[in-house]
Amino acid sequence: MKNISKKRVVATTGNGAVAEAMKQINPDVLVAYPITPQTAIVQDFSQFVADGAVDSEYVTVESEHSSMSACIGASAAGARVMTATSSQGLALMHEMLYIAAGSRLPIIMPNVNRALSAPINIHCDHSDSMGARDTGWIQLYSENAQEAYDNTIQAVRIAENKKVLLPVMVNLDGFIISHGIEKAEFIEDRKVKSFVGERKPFLPLLDVDNPVTYGPFDGLGGYFMEHKKNQADAMERARDVILEAAEDFAKISGRKYGFFEEYLLDDAEIAIVTLNSSAGTTKHVINELRAEGLPVGLLKLRVFRPFPAKELAEALKHLKAVAVLDRALSSGFVGPLFSEVQTALFNLETRPKVINFIYGLGGRDYTLHEARKAFEELMTVAKTGKIKKTLGYLGLKEVEVLV
Amino acid sequence: MKDWRANKLMPGAIIPKGGTAREYKTGGWRSATPKWDEEKCKQCLICWISCPEGAVLVKDGKVRGIDMDYCKGCGICVAECPFEVIEMVGG
Repeated sequence: MKNISKKRVVATTGNGAVAEAMKQINPDVLVAYPITPQTAIVQDFSQFVADGAVDSEYVTVESEHSSMSACIGASAAGARVMTATSSQGLALMHEMLYIAAGSRLPIIMPNVNRALSAPINIHCDHSDSMGARDTGWIQLYSENAQEAYDNTIQAVRIAENKKVLLPVMVNLDGFIISHGIEKAEFIEDRKVKSFVGERKPFLPLLDVDNPVTYGPFDGLGGYFMEHKKNQADAMERARDVILEAAEDFAKISGRKYGFFEEYLLDDAEIAIVTLNSSAGTTKHVINELRAEGLPVGLLKLRVFRPFPAKELAEALKHLKAVAVLDRALSSGFVGPLFSEVQTALFNLETRPKVINFIYGLGGRDYTLHEARKAFEELMTVAKTGKIKKTLGYLGLKEVEVLV
Repeated sequence: MKDWRANKLMPGAIIPKGGTAREYKTGGWRSATPKWDEEKCKQCLICWISCPEGAVLVKDGKVRGIDMDYCKGCGICVAECPFEVIEMVGG
């Protein structure tokens, strides 16, 4: 009887899973501002507060700029602090994102990926988090509700580690994952509690016996550049800390995480690299193509910042051709993930041909059909050794364009 | 944190003590310096009123000099002085 699992297997939305993780983490401060498709997270959490299921101070603010400002204040004070956002909300926080990271303040923020206007759209793409690439935040990505839950819990350990002290963004796909109901397994409350531990803040503002100054001026005669280098070094150190947290997390969950997941990649000749929920669809198509005898595989990136360039190159170097899927656009050049993957591969002696597909903007479906299309193009590239077009679009409708 | 020095790098540029504005000498921004001639000064105090930094030192109703810890070298005192008592010099 001793070995009976106390794991809770539930049917949950991605937002529900993230809210459950937040409840178990029980942060000192939860800053809330609603934005679709994230709203359900902070709404669920307000219920936990009302029910007395958490001890958190629930701070409602008047904008996302304020929510990140409140997080910065609370984190500097020494609190464990969380918020959640999406799309325009993340964009409105933009300047505060830099201040959180530059001040080395651990903050945990799920970001439910959604397109940025215009045109107005509330559905999934990764324009929001890709726009925040250089803010100095650690970025984790989640394929499904389970991973969103697991990443949220691990984010606490990563952010607050003394070697790191950086904010962490946990990304999950808007609606597809945030509102879709699927199976997830929740860990026992006490195990999560002991996994995240207590925050031991570094020079907190509320230690009134030892006053400190946050946010000082650091001008021409100062050490601005040294502080930025120091911040970049912390992001480098986060690599080991992310893996350590994953190792400890495996002990309480049985689920293993790294910088990325390789799916049938070892003996593959062509592969797709992607983020978040599209990985699930891609895996399904891989199963189908494998049944047809085709050597196809997948690399699903989990950690986008810090970018695991060395490990990724090692995992992809044996391939003939790779397609990088970008659910975001960088008008005027290739997609943001493609840029990173291409850079990671460039200095290899021999490297796969790499092509880029933009897909799923504004929630456009990425179906089995689109995944097959990408693999078909890859097969041609692998066979001929030539790239006809570096950048393509998946699932684009045929329309008459006026201008 | 008693061993903290200004050039000891702290994460997030945190300064491990409070009230540091007092120690921040904004005169360090100066690229030109006013030179005040005590002999020619008529003690009209127009420079004292005009100085945006309050860097003109006045004691017992008389100008005694300029506080170089806080003078940013803007030259307003030079422009406002009716008697050409102050001039800007380099550095």
